[in-house]
Amino acid sequence: MDKRLKNILMHPTAKGMLLLTPALVALTVFFVIPILRMFHLSLFDPHFTIKYYIAFFQRPVYMRVMWITVKISLIVTAVCLLVGYPFAFILSRAGEKLSKVFLVCIVLSMCISLLVRNFSWIIILQRSGIVDSFLMKMGITHHHVRLLHNLFSVVLGMAEILLPYMILPIFSVLKSIDPNLPKAAQTMGARPAQAFWWVTFPLSLPGVYAGFLLVFIMSLGYFITPALLGGSREMMISNMIAFQVQTVLNWHFAASLSMILLVATLVFYTIFNRVVGLEKLEDLGV
Amino acid sequence: MEADAKKLHAIEIIFGILVSIYLIAPIFVLVPMSFGPARFFSFPPPEFSVEQYIKFFHSGPWWRAIRISFEVAVLASFFATVLGILTCLAMRYKIPAKGFLNAMFISPMIVPLIITAVALYSFLSKFHLVDTVPGLVLAHTILTLPFVIITVSATLKGLDPSLEHAAATLGASPMKVFFKVTLPLIKRGAITGAVFAYMISFDETVVAIFLSSSHAITLPKKMWDSIRFSIEPILPALSTILILFAILMLVLLEVLSRKRK
Repeated sequence: MDKRLKNILMHPTAKGMLLLTPALVALTVFFVIPILRMFHLSLFDPHFTIKYYIAFFQRPVYMRVMWITVKISLIVTAVCLLVGYPFAFILSRAGEKLSKVFLVCIVLSMCISLLVRNFSWIIILQRSGIVDSFLMKMGITHHHVRLLHNLFSVVLGMAEILLPYMILPIFSVLKSIDPNLPKAAQTMGARPAQAFWWVTFPLSLPGVYAGFLLVFIMSLGYFITPALLGGSREMMISNMIAFQVQTVLNWHFAASLSMILLVATLVFYTIFNRVVGLEKLEDLGV
Repeated sequence: MEADAKKLHAIEIIFGILVSIYLIAPIFVLVPMSFGPARFFSFPPPEFSVEQYIKFFHSGPWWRAIRISFEVAVLASFFATVLGILTCLAMRYKIPAKGFLNAMFISPMIVPLIITAVALYSFLSKFHLVDTVPGLVLAHTILTLPFVIITVSATLKGLDPSLEHAAATLGASPMKVFFKVTLPLIKRGAITGAVFAYMISFDETVVAIFLSSSHAITLPKKMWDSIRFSIEPILPALSTILILFAILMLVLLEVLSRKRK
């Protein structure tokens, strides 16, 4: 090999760039360019126009989809927090065996196919399904209860999937708190509840922020659960994008919806990065 | 255990158990159901039968979907692991715009799947790659790359660079240093990353809904169609097999993480 070329290639930066090239090319061609094409599609038809964005903000139908998306995401995040925080707290104080059992349940649930998990809620909640027939048999109701294809079933299904992403960051922060701190507060006369509210809870807030933002960001772009467990009134923005592409074939509008969802996701992700930081996420065990 | 048990109230233990049951509810519902009749669903199943399993094992289309999902997942996790290792090695050098590049490599994990799915659908159709195995492999390689990068870079962080320097000073070529020193040291991170990539690809639904239709139909896409349009009576049996598969994966990941310590 030419000696000068060899010298250039031995330079650390050149070496690094060389190693980076395959992934960089793959990612640019099969991810960045397709998304940039969507951006282009949302603004040109065939000349520059912002009518697809205007349509989104003017038509009540689409604002409703946006509102439903935010509403479902907030409810799911709140449910995950209300269930996940106490669970993480119990997990952090449970004995070795019990905490192991709980952790196995969490990780196992994350390993099970998403479709299997959604399917099981259909079986549980459908007409003449497990819950419905149980209620009828017990004589609690005399006609079928509609449990599926509504807000309740979507929240139940999504929370089951997203709960681990709330529990794990909170758990690892709680686990890292020095147990002597709440103990010290109690020695100085605080009741257990006071020690929790004034010492443990404020120290656990970084985990709460991380879990909250993580679950909220993931909810915003959720597709499978609202499609399978929701009705037409639970159509979220992802489902609207799919509908525009598959049924209406309005690619320009689908592209503008995608860009709105993308910007929303990136905004919350930036906040997440400021508050938590991706490097810390690894330490949090996610 | 005694002392620990005293610390928790009975209410706390009950709450913990209820949440755990909620998290793995599919197991309690679908496993018993899979041993019921294959004509209708009722819980608990009125009679014991392995009809669903027999039907499933004789179903050509389902096995074809499993084979395609397997092919796609193996190839995608292989490519993602190779690309991921190269990227992580590159990130140890002085590179311009490293922060930006890092964010870019993680982005397929952050961008909502539906956007990736629709964008790739439109892009790959230009090259007639929609509804083909190569198209799915490409998409899943990109999607799983961030997970490999995260696991491998975590292992690389704990790697002492003086080991590689020593090998190089003793006369090993860069290739030899990589295969004899670096790769054995990051092996576990790479294997964990590859397992993650495999699991994610095998279960990936959203992109597959758009990129596979009739020819290259993956298992999640076939399940999706089956759940949406006609719940086939073999689904509980298939679910049970997938749950078993998840337990195996969990054991595998546990073994991998235990060896690391």
